[in-house]
Amino acid sequence: MIDRRDFLKGCLACSVTAASIGVVGKNAFAAGSFEGYPDAMGVLVDLTRCVGCRSCEAACNNEQKLPEPDLPFDDESVFAEQRRTTPKAYTVVNKYETADKNPLFRKLQCNHCNEPACLTSCFVNAYTKTKEGAVIYNAKVCVGCRNCMIACPFDIPAYSYSSAINPLIKKCIFCYDTRVKNGRPPACVEICPQQVMTFGRRSDLVEMGHERIKNDPAKYVDKIYGEKEVGGTSWMYLSSVDFDKVGLDNHMQNEPIISNVKDFLGMVPMVLSIWPALFTGIHLLATKNKGEHGDHDHKEGDQQ
Amino acid sequence: MKQYLALNPKADIVNSLSKDNDKGRRWTLFEKLLIGMTPQQYLAQAIKNPFNWFLAIVFAVGFPVIIGRFIFGLEWATGGPQSNAWGLFLGFGLFGMVPLSSSGFQMGSAVEVFGRHDMEPLERLGILNGILGYLFAVIFLMVDLGQPWRLPYPMVVSWGPASVLFLVAWHVATYLSVQAAEMSTPFFEWMGWPAGRTVIKKMALGLAVAGIILSTLHQGALGALSSYAPGKVHPLWYSASFQWLYFFVSSLPGGLCMVIVVSTIVIKTMAWRCDDNFKLNLDKLHISLAKGASMGLFTYFVIRMIGIAHDNKWAYMTTGWGAWWLFEIGIGVILSMILLTVGARNKNITMIRLGAWTTILGIVLNRLNVYMITFNWKHGEIEIPPWREFMITITIYCVYIATYRFILYRWPILFRWKTQYSEYAVIETVAAKPEAGYSVK
Repeated sequence: MIDRRDFLKGCLACSVTAASIGVVGKNAFAAGSFEGYPDAMGVLVDLTRCVGCRSCEAACNNEQKLPEPDLPFDDESVFAEQRRTTPKAYTVVNKYETADKNPLFRKLQCNHCNEPACLTSCFVNAYTKTKEGAVIYNAKVCVGCRNCMIACPFDIPAYSYSSAINPLIKKCIFCYDTRVKNGRPPACVEICPQQVMTFGRRSDLVEMGHERIKNDPAKYVDKIYGEKEVGGTSWMYLSSVDFDKVGLDNHMQNEPIISNVKDFLGMVPMVLSIWPALFTGIHLLATKNKGEHGDHDHKEGDQQ
Repeated sequence: MKQYLALNPKADIVNSLSKDNDKGRRWTLFEKLLIGMTPQQYLAQAIKNPFNWFLAIVFAVGFPVIIGRFIFGLEWATGGPQSNAWGLFLGFGLFGMVPLSSSGFQMGSAVEVFGRHDMEPLERLGILNGILGYLFAVIFLMVDLGQPWRLPYPMVVSWGPASVLFLVAWHVATYLSVQAAEMSTPFFEWMGWPAGRTVIKKMALGLAVAGIILSTLHQGALGALSSYAPGKVHPLWYSASFQWLYFFVSSLPGGLCMVIVVSTIVIKTMAWRCDDNFKLNLDKLHISLAKGASMGLFTYFVIRMIGIAHDNKWAYMTTGWGAWWLFEIGIGVILSMILLTVGARNKNITMIRLGAWTTILGIVLNRLNVYMITFNWKHGEIEIPPWREFMITITIYCVYIATYRFILYRWPILFRWKTQYSEYAVIETVAAKPEAGYSVK
């Protein structure tokens, strides 16, 4: 409960801020944010268990019928550099050296955000967040503007630029059509020999993650990456080192990406409604009692 | 061109009626297209112009590359960057050209909404600059889209109304129609269709107000698009709250300075096409535009600083990116502001024109910084686009210049179309000389 005095203080602070900055803060719109489907599935990835065998990459390649890779899946030379997802690989495993411990490996794939930036930035609504938690893509309407690639905070969607007639976005779809829709775990999760990944209801996984941290606080950083980041993601991570060290941005905002443009989008109908009367009014004020062809020498600032 | 006009008094079409015929024969379309010259004369003057040779070389290399882009795909042309998904076609062609095209709505509203009829000699040039900028931004977009034949999809097939790009698509499409309507006035005059002209004239105020609304929103929307990438655009160029305002406010001096620059090029290279009204008022109008642009730049400078202070980003100033930011602001905003203000104060036209150039460069550099140069700054290296991407960009820009020049040579943009109301009466009665009436509006 907020008591009356705090409420008034808050009001005062808000109006001072609003008056001095001239813009109402974006929190005013936060009421409408979406926190994810209640029964959405997810995956908890425990980085401390991964040994970098890349069998998940092979399973994904097979399940999604992707082209042969340039190097075989047991070739460890790929760890020499940090890779990203490509049209030919929806998931890749990267190796991260750590100061005093053994190297860590992290698998990159779509994190299936609760409120995905790719979905909200798409002007033809090509993306869908299914109730099972998967973010899927409709290739039939995609125009190829690549705004989703700009918007994705994890740099996941890849574009098949090499095709001249039907280039498309290629990304992990949580094995939606073939598995998750029927309640089965995605191919990468199922094949993992180390049980790095746990497939389950997202809400249960959050609980499980906190439980693991509580049971072994020396082993884990006290944070589940993806629980809150950009509004929460279906794929979440546990790590023994700071998440910055394994290529995950520790300063990621907790609000979904869409909240960054809500101020602007909220203003659109206002401009559409107010400007016509405002500028027609200015026209009447500016031209009253003046000949149509008068040569007036006003200050130029008029038109700003 | 000038010499050929001197040799050929028939040329220099300024009304619908042929000069060598008192009975008032009207120009044929062919004659109008050749500006009153014979095909031989036209070809001879075109070959003599060294700029045409430059265009010919660019087109000879560039058009095959553009065709190649559609045959072999985007990867062949741009290398297919996965992380920096938007390259020169959008970074320069769309984000760079649209703010410089805000002249359309500004000149239109100065004259029609604010009643500044003294700006009329530059009104049509401003609107033409606007429509061509938007049209070529769309052409750049068509080259960049993976599947350009699906461009109408956001209009008719599948709506994504929560997307900023959806708003941009609708507004640019609508605004192009508004500008086409505004620009149809000189076209109708040139074609000799006074009925169409009358209809459009009645809509002038409505079109101008529509221009203000649509421009406020989509100029801002182009900035709001970068709000989707908070971790990718460098913090000095990013502000979640103010990004759309930066883009909108900077587009105002951008458009005004573009009118100064284009009309300067026009008066230097095609003075024969300008009427006295244009020539005699140009310096005075440049001073007026410079005043407006310097106020716009000052406002822009202040809000950029407020943005830095609001998010407390001063610490970045001491980094290499900070130096680059100071370069952009120093040349593009502060130096431009000084040149335009002092130039307007002292009526120094050279200074104003220089200031207009630096303003334009500063705004284009800003757009490139947001969407290309600082984009993914955490990855460390800046991706230089491959040569084919540069070639396609230069080629489309040259087509833009050639189209611009083609229209300025012919349509009544830089001069008034004479005898526009009286000409039909003249033909019927053969009473007055066609040259007689210099009817203004």
